[in-house]
This record gives sequence, structure tokens and C-alpha cells, in this order.
Amino acid sequence: MKILVPVKRVIDYNVKVRVKSDGSGVDLANVKMSMNPFDEIAVEEAVRLKEKGIATEVVAVSIGVAKSEDALRTALAMGADRAILITAADDVHTDIEPLAVAKLLDKVVEVEEPGLVIAGKQAIDNDMNATGQMLAALLGWGQATSASALEIADGTARVTREVDGGLQVVEVKLPAIVTCDLRLNEPRYASLPNIMKAKKKPLEKMTPADYGVDVTPRLELVKTDEPAARAAGQIVGSVDELISKLKEAGVA
Amino acid sequence: MTEITREAMDYDVVIVGAGPSGLSAAIRLKQIDPALEVVVLEKGSEVGAHILSGAVLDPVGLATLFPDWKDKGAPVTTEVKEDNFYMLSASGKVRIPNWPMPKLMSNHGNYIVSMGNVCRWLAEQAEELGVEIFPGMAASQIVWDTNEDGSPRVAGVVAGEFGREPDGSIGANYEPGLELRGKYVFFGEGVRGSLSKEVIAKFDLSAGKEPQKFGLGMKEIWEIDPAKHREGTVSHTMGWPLGKNAGGGSFIYHAENNQVFIGLVTHLNYENPHVFPYMEFQRLKHHPMIADLLEGGKRVAYGARAISEGGYQSLPKLSFPGGVLLGCSAGMVNVPRIKGNHNAMLSGIAAAEAAAGAIAAERAGDELTAYETAIHEGPVGKDLKPVRNVKPLWAKLGLMGSLAFGGLDMWTNSLFGFSFFGTLKHGKSDAEATGPADKFEPIDYPKPDGVLSFDRLTNVAFAATNHEESQPCHLKLAQADVPISVNLPKFDEPAQRYCPAGVYEVVEKDGKPEFVINFQNCVHCKTCDIKDPSQNITWTTPQGADGPNYPNM
Ligand SMILES: Cc1cc2nc3c(=O)[nH]c(=O)nc-3n(C[C@H](O)[C@H](O)[C@H](O)COP(=O)(O)OP(=O)(O)OC[C@H]3O[C@@H](n4cnc5c(N)ncnc54)[C@H](O)[C@@H]3O)c2cc1C
Ligand code: SF4
Repeated sequence: MKILVPVKRVIDYNVKVRVKSDGSGVDLANVKMSMNPFDEIAVEEAVRLKEKGIATEVVAVSIGVAKSEDALRTALAMGADRAILITAADDVHTDIEPLAVAKLLDKVVEVEEPGLVIAGKQAIDNDMNATGQMLAALLGWGQATSASALEIADGTARVTREVDGGLQVVEVKLPAIVTCDLRLNEPRYASLPNIMKAKKKPLEKMTPADYGVDVTPRLELVKTDEPAARAAGQIVGSVDELISKLKEAGVA
Repeated sequence: MTEITREAMDYDVVIVGAGPSGLSAAIRLKQIDPALEVVVLEKGSEVGAHILSGAVLDPVGLATLFPDWKDKGAPVTTEVKEDNFYMLSASGKVRIPNWPMPKLMSNHGNYIVSMGNVCRWLAEQAEELGVEIFPGMAASQIVWDTNEDGSPRVAGVVAGEFGREPDGSIGANYEPGLELRGKYVFFGEGVRGSLSKEVIAKFDLSAGKEPQKFGLGMKEIWEIDPAKHREGTVSHTMGWPLGKNAGGGSFIYHAENNQVFIGLVTHLNYENPHVFPYMEFQRLKHHPMIADLLEGGKRVAYGARAISEGGYQSLPKLSFPGGVLLGCSAGMVNVPRIKGNHNAMLSGIAAAEAAAGAIAAERAGDELTAYETAIHEGPVGKDLKPVRNVKPLWAKLGLMGSLAFGGLDMWTNSLFGFSFFGTLKHGKSDAEATGPADKFEPIDYPKPDGVLSFDRLTNVAFAATNHEESQPCHLKLAQADVPISVNLPKFDEPAQRYCPAGVYEVVEKDGKPEFVINFQNCVHCKTCDIKDPSQNITWTTPQGADGPNYPNM
């Protein structure tokens, strides 16, 4: 079975996000980018399935600017066998919307015919949490989102999901889409020998036109705002003072 | 501990550090002979992630590497248009006219750059030439070998070790990394390199030299009101807020895109252990001249890095069996010009030329004495020698005296090529210079206002620094009790204050003081390794890719 893993290059999770002064989006100029952490988990899970002999090949695909190649090289270093880069934008500030990504992945699936797609549950930049679901709809495949455990047996994927107040177990027939949550696994380090080897693994370069997909945005971004600064705290001297302050604030 | 086995890879030249020195060396090697196998290891998550500089760049090194650097699209475009020098008092300023400044101090023909971006660009050029660059890979150990006569030689480094548990044992995801062996190993780790320090000690490279001296440079990038922005303007200040407490001064550079690079360098030879360099930097921004500039603007990034200030007389011997020290691993900053990037690049070029020559002559693992000669007799020596007395004069005469005599000394040096003073000594190391807490008045610093000035932890978030928590602490104490048993009573444990990232704290636990190291916050400036009065702290490399994620620093 082949596994397809879509990976996205996003603003690094350590970076303090800053909104452009004109409110048109997040400032990504000079900002460190790296692979979406949920996608690292997806790559790890796919590679583990290959190591267990369940999968035969892991193919990573990334859609974005040409620099997304970096995320693919990381996936290759972690153990993916080959990669597909679909260059769909020139400027890092151009975000390819989930529907366009799903349509491109739909075409890639058509060519690659994987038995399973493992994706991150969401990208930490826009938190859409939609691509996996849209892809399932386009393909007419089953989906199991936010997986915290995954078992493959007898043509089905048994997926544990963390839901409010407990765990839910679902089974989907393969081929299927699984999206990963944080606790599914702890991704391995891309080791130096493997990074060296990854430089020699095949990476195919494509464009949306090659797949006949239009990636023109359909959503309009109205405004991006930074969260309001937290108001300064106050130190109270006694319980009475606390209560009167709470009353003043209309809380008690 | 169990013996680790690792794969080894052979290269012609192994370079530690993708700073201006290491990258220039890599590029030059490939320019001379494209068949040479060259590898560069960088501990930052990407090239540039750990680079922090002013920076006003003298393009001499860049032009030596690429005479056509302008056409190649180097991110070196903001020419210095205006150069100001101010002497500050708490609320006022005196502008010192430029004419008494010797010619070598002028910034004409220099550029305001982000060295982080320059390094990213240099890395692209290097990769195009076939250099292998591995960011996110810290060189954590030296690989030693023995010559026939039993003497030691550097044969390579270990890089890319991941996954040790906090107690040093091997974790589930352990990766041993690789041994990268080279005919020659270049250390381009920058100021106070952790492996360089080991090499300097092993071969006693500083024997007969003056101790290296350092400053701590803290920097913020601000996006300011376009109406106040004057691209190409360079200003330096001295005097307030450091005043008599410590030597140093500030820089304010108007870079492209309405950004201003503002920073304060505090010389680490200060005696008063109550000095709090970070708070000095924060209060600097409340000076009316600077507050006016920054008001309405936004702090975009923060970071800190030590800077070497010993100059010519502190340069260690640069070559040793199997390798050389490049750039600020040796300390090639021209102190009055506050510039080291050009010399870092020139030193990389010189080392590459020496190594390529030796490899062509089928030599390996010996000493590249041609590099030593090229540095002392070439452009780097010519840049450093004439200004060698400025720093010791500063230390001896204080600010005004040194401006007068240091200026005079630079004048005679620049005009006539000699100094009235011969070569002056620095005396004590920065750690030794620290005086007892009870001999000095504590300093009352104003609380940051959250608009122009920020508390340390808030600002550290803007260095985007991170360290995997489950790994051994990379800040090693030789003796665990010294911070509380010696440093606290004697020096009021200055680590609480000199660390620009708030890594070191003394907290009360069960009524007793306890020393806490929040290593996750470290920004790799190396100040603790330099300034601890007991010389009890050793900075070692954490896992690769840990540490700050600087943007265009
Ligand atoms: C605040 C400040 C302002 C300055 N202003 C100017 C200026 O305006 N103009 C100017 O010319 N100079 C300036 N300098 C000096 C200049 O920045 C240095 O001279 C220059 O950075 C030296 O270059 P380098 O290549 O030797 O080292 P660095 O630039 O320090 O680069 C070293 C690289 O090696 C990496 N590294 C270190 N150890 C290891 C390891 N063990 N394994 C893997 N990687 C490692 C580091 O992460 C880093 O990327 C300033 C310095 C400071 C601190
Ligand atoms: S711990 Fe040391 S190296 Fe790290 S930021 Fe603090 S002073 Fe600098």
C-alpha cells in the first residue's frame, strides 16, 4: 500500500506572529518557516507504517511557494521515499486555500493511487482544519479526523480520536483519509545521515496548471488583527478588596 | 556511559559555523577548486537563525569574494548616507562633529545590512557552487587524532547528535550523528566558540597574548513611523545610560522597509556587579532623542550576542595541527569601527586559499602557517593593528580621555603608521574585572513601560528561542554549589543580571536561596561563559536547531 502525505510549509511555531501594519495579513518577510507540526506527525506515522511492513511507499506532496521544497526535504529525511512539489505561488504571503489544495490532492491521488492519505488535522498558520475533509468529499472516501492512534488491519483503518470527555474509536474502509492530532506520535529527528541521503531522493516539480486546477482564491480576507494586549493586572490587599473589585468589574 | 559508534564521512574541509567567516571560506574553496569537498555545519535551525550583528558592513570582503556582488543581487543595498556621533546625557545630547574623527572611522562606502540575510544569501551562493550546508546540526565535539610523534591533531567534528535524556542517557529517539572528518577543520563559530575554546586551550594558542576582551551586544529591530525614518542614517551614542558604570555605547541604524536597528553594547569588563546590561538597554530607549524616534513604532525582534573587543593584541595563534580559527572565533573585530564582518570574511578567504594550496600539494592535517602569515601581513592585520590601543586606553582613561587620546592614537596610526603608545595591554580578563558587590552601590533601574521598554521575558519571546526540554542542560557548571556559595555572597550572583535572556535566577526554596537555570530561554550570546566571575559556567551546544530563530538580525 502506498501512503500519500501532504505537508505544508508554515510560519515556525516558535516565531511571534506579527500582523502587517496595513492589516492585510501576517508579516512573513524574513520570518523562519518550517513544516507544519501536525504534518510532521503525519509523516512519522506513514514512515512507521512502512517500517512495520504495512505500507510499501511513502510519497510526500507540498503545495505552495518553491521554498516548500525545504519541507519536502525534511519529509524525505524522516523517511518518505519521494516527493512532489506543486509550486502554486510566488509570494509566501499567498495562502493556497483548502479547497484548491484538496482539488490538487485529488488529482495527485488519481495519479498515485495511494491506499491511504495521512494529513495533519490543520495547519498552524490559518487553522482551517478543512483540507482533509474536503479531499475526502472530492474523492468520496471515508475519513477519520484528529487521530490519536491508528491501526491498519484487513483493509480498514481503526482510528482513535480524542473527543470531549473521552476517546472515540472509528473504523473506516480503505482507501481513506486520516488526519492527525498532536498525540498520535512523537516525530523522529531528521538525522544528519538521513538528510544527506534525502538530497538524493527523487523530487518531482509540478504546477497547478499541470493538473488543470485553478488556485485563484475564493475567499476574501477582510482584516487581520493582533489579539488585544492583555490589560495590566492589579494586586489586591485583602479578600474584601478583591470582592469589591470584582463587583466593580461586574463579575461578582 | 556506553561507547557510541557513529558513521564517519570524509571531506577535504569541514567548516563549523555558517557565519560570514565560514561561508566565505566555503565559497572561496569552491572558487579555487570545484572538486574540493566542503561541508558547513550550522547549529541554527536555518542559516541566519543565530546571526546577530549591527550591522554596518564594509564590503571589502564581499568584493574580494564576488567582484560583481552588486549584479548578483546581494542583500547589500542601503548605502550609509549620514553618520552621526552623539554624546548623551540623561536628557540631552551633544553631537560630535565628524571632522576630528580619523578617516578610518568614516562609514563612507559602507552599507546598512542584516548580516542574517547576507549569510542566507552567501549560503545560496555556496550551495550553487556545490558546498554542502547542514543547518540544524550543532558540532558538539572535536574528533582528535594523533600524529606519528604522538602529538594531537584535529581530525574532524561530531555533529547532529540528538535525543539524549536530561541525565545524559540515551533516549528512545536517539540519533548519534556523524563524524565529519576533514583534511582541515575550520572553526568559524564566532565569538567565544565552544569548540574553539577547547582548541585554544588544548594547543595553548593564547600563550603570550593579551586576554580576549568582550562586550555584550543587545539589539532590537523596530518598525517605525515612515515620517521619522531616514534610510541610510547611522548614529552612534556614548555616555548615558552606562556612564561611569560600564563602557560601551549604542547604535541606531535606519535600514530598509522603515526598520531601525537599535542596540547597546556594554563592555563586559565592568566592575560593578550590580550593572544590569539589559536594563541599561531598555532605559536607553527612553532618552528623548530615541524615544521620539521609536514612538508609534513597533518592536519586531530582539536578540543578543557577545562581541569580541580585544583586538590585535588578543588574537590567539590562528593555526594548529589540522585546522584554523576564523573571524570572531579568534576575535577579529576592529573595536573603534565596531566592525568584524569584513575581517571575518577576509579571514575565511585567506584560510581557504591556504588550505586549497596545501591540499593541492597533497598535504593534510598539518598546520596552515600560510594562513597565519596572510592574516598578520594582509588586510586583516592592516585593519586591526592601527587601532590596537583604543580599547586599553578606554579602559585606563575613561570615556572622554580615551576619545581624546584614542582619537589621537588612531590619527597618528592612520597618518604615520605608528603609535605613541607602542602596544598597550588589557590586563585582567572580563571575569576577573568583576568587583565585590559590597564595594559598589546597587543601581535602581526604572521599570519597563511595555511600550518603549520591555521586561526580559517578554522580549525573549521576540528572539523566538526554543530548546527541546528533555535534553541535558547545555549550560554546565563546573561546581554546582559555586553560584550560591561564592557568587551570591560575594558578587550578588551577577548571572541574574548579565544574562540578556533571563536564564539564571536565584529563587528562595524552603527559606534557602537556590540557583535555577532556565536553559530553554538561552539565546546563545555566550556572555555567561565569559563574565561569570568564578569562571564556573561553560556554554556547550544544545541539540541542533535549538536556540533563537532570528529574522533579519
Ligand atoms: C551587537 C553587535 C553589533 C555588531 N555590529 C557590527 C557592525 O556594524 N559591523 C560589523 O562589521 N561587525 C559588527 N559586529 C561584529 C560581527 O557581527 C562579527 O565580527 C561577525 O559576526 C563575526 O563573524 P563570524 O563568522 O566569525 O561569526 P558569527 O557571525 O558569530 O557566526 C558564527 C556561526 O557559527 C555558528 N556556530 C557556532 N558554534 C557552532 C557549533 N559548535 N556548531 C555549529 N554551528 C556553530 C553560529 O550559530 C553562527 O551561525 C557586531 C557584533 C555584535 C554582537
Ligand atoms: S545563558 Fe549564557 S549564553 Fe545563554 S543567553 Fe544567557 S548569558 Fe547568553
